[in-house]
Amino acid sequence: MKPLSRITAIIKKEVRQLRRDRLTFGMVVGLPVIQMLLFGYAINTDVRNLRTAVANQAGTHLSRQFVAELGQTQVVDIMASVETAGELENLLRRGKISIGVVIPEDFDRRINGETRSAVHLLVDGSDPTILGVANQLREMPVSFDATKQKARQTPAIEVRPYYNPERRTPVNIIPGLMGVILTMTMILFTAVAIVRERERGNLELLINTPLSSAELMIGKVVPYIIIGMLQLALILGVGRLLFDVPVQGSVVDLYLAASAFVAANLALGLLISTAAKTQFQAMQMMVFVLLPSILLSGFMFPFDGMPTFAQYIGEVLPNTHFIRLTRGIMLRDASLGELTPDLYYLIGFTVVAMALAATRFTKRLD
Amino acid sequence: MSAEFAIDARGLTKHFGTLRAVSQLDLQVPRGQIYGFLGPNGSGKSTTIRMLCGLLTPTEGSATVLDTEVPGDSRLLKPKIGYMTQKFSLFGDLTVFENLQFIAEIYSFPAADRAARIDDLLDTYNLHQQRKQLAGTMSGGQKQRLALACAVLHRPNLLLLDEPTSAVDPQSRRDFWEILFRLAGSGTTILVSTHYMDEAERCHRLAILDHGVKVADGTPQELQDATGMHIVEVVADDPYAAQAAIHDLDEVASVTQLGVRLRVLVPDRHRDPVSIVERALDPTGMTASVKVTTATLEDVFVAVTMEYPETAK
Repeated sequence: MKPLSRITAIIKKEVRQLRRDRLTFGMVVGLPVIQMLLFGYAINTDVRNLRTAVANQAGTHLSRQFVAELGQTQVVDIMASVETAGELENLLRRGKISIGVVIPEDFDRRINGETRSAVHLLVDGSDPTILGVANQLREMPVSFDATKQKARQTPAIEVRPYYNPERRTPVNIIPGLMGVILTMTMILFTAVAIVRERERGNLELLINTPLSSAELMIGKVVPYIIIGMLQLALILGVGRLLFDVPVQGSVVDLYLAASAFVAANLALGLLISTAAKTQFQAMQMMVFVLLPSILLSGFMFPFDGMPTFAQYIGEVLPNTHFIRLTRGIMLRDASLGELTPDLYYLIGFTVVAMALAATRFTKRLD
Repeated sequence: MSAEFAIDARGLTKHFGTLRAVSQLDLQVPRGQIYGFLGPNGSGKSTTIRMLCGLLTPTEGSATVLDTEVPGDSRLLKPKIGYMTQKFSLFGDLTVFENLQFIAEIYSFPAADRAARIDDLLDTYNLHQQRKQLAGTMSGGQKQRLALACAVLHRPNLLLLDEPTSAVDPQSRRDFWEILFRLAGSGTTILVSTHYMDEAERCHRLAILDHGVKVADGTPQELQDATGMHIVEVVADDPYAAQAAIHDLDEVASVTQLGVRLRVLVPDRHRDPVSIVERALDPTGMTASVKVTTATLEDVFVAVTMEYPETAK
């Protein structure tokens, strides 16, 4: 029975230690619940309320009826009316809408004819799910369509995918993947940066020198910004070489956006570092940021398809804003100037997180 | 402006929750002296040192450290003090030279003199051979020399050393104290905490701490002269049996065995301590030599920390 009592001793010790390690206990309970909620709510292939604008050039009774029926599907959320297809393209590029509906002047004639499509859907192809949903819209029955669908040589609704016409998956994935990779590495670098020195005892030495908190924080972040830039170059290089992922917009813009994003993550890492007591705790905390950054950022599932509260969480995460920036710059040839809200958010996030970290990190032990 | 004392603490108190780590500590450390903090683990030595260099905020009381008020703007104080932590706190993954260079840069040591100063320290602290060695791979004594070299690099006026010799061999300790005397000789005030009696004896002055309270202070000689105890030394064949016979006497404050000898503390108010002890040993029939001797610092330590049940007999 000796082995049994020794095994029991180990079991009892493990349970005692586990009960005292509140963060691990939190992971045992929290991770499954959070994952269930995130996946349960975020994975929603039945996407609704895609942001949509309409350019109704016909302005007829029938065309208005068509727009109303489109809205009733609840797949689209018609937010704006504009005059021209050019304006729709502009909104698409800036990421304001996912779908643009063009109704040509001769809509009434086209809908009754058989050879020409009556409506054009301009779809943001940088997100494959949205394109899929738009294709389903093509099958939408139009109540006043006199012609039988089958009789038509071309469908009444024509889908025009923008920005990734070949519908190649890497093109869609890589801009978002960049954000996920940078989130993972950047937060990890700084999250352990201060805790490691606390664990090794270096911190007690450092806080006794004339070094200020801000000096320490800035000094810790700068080398990793450079590492982040190198990582970005690596991802872009591999994406270009192996997967032929283009950068439609300006590379300078992309790097500016990435600098803001890398800084935001490093600052968040520092903040974690001031809260964690051990390196292991810092990594546990990082998981709680990383998971939603993958699931709620629009990387895996379209942002518009998520319930409102999940969108709120997503809006807080730097990765959500970075993915909007990279998809805009890399795939839709948008300039940074057209995407300023997301850039400003990242800068603001950095400033707030850095200030919090520097405040939390007092040069005292009590 | 320069006051007589490098450290002048008044009623320094620190509570951690319900634990009273340091209570009402008054402390005067004259400039240019080595001042010892003697006390067991948990007696408040580290807490006091940390309060004095601004790492911990006192719950009550204050101190003037090198003309700077504590608690106060510790930024003014940092460049003037050197601090050696109890645990090795330099970077184990940097070389000896890189560590010194880092410290020089953090303290904004004039760049022109940096190389000469580091070279000088490598000489003084006998670290030239380890110049390119990673600090983490060095022996305890070498690490301690490096830590001291880093603490004094910026030529501080006050050096706070928290149990600097707890992890090193006796020879390294001797060498270390040689360096401390040299530093004190050149005008540096040194506050050093220890739980070694022989080290305490080397200090110019010392304070004995117990449970966060200063129970005695003065020069080692003053402390030894003022124990308030007769020190009786008993040499017996069976010291264990002798201790059992003496231990429960009302007149005896404490009995400590040192090999075949016993050191018996008898309060001053009892006349003729030798016969008190001899009378107690008589019934055992053992032969024992009993004589009065002079107090060592260890006797002082036992005498002043006795009123607390944990350390009494």
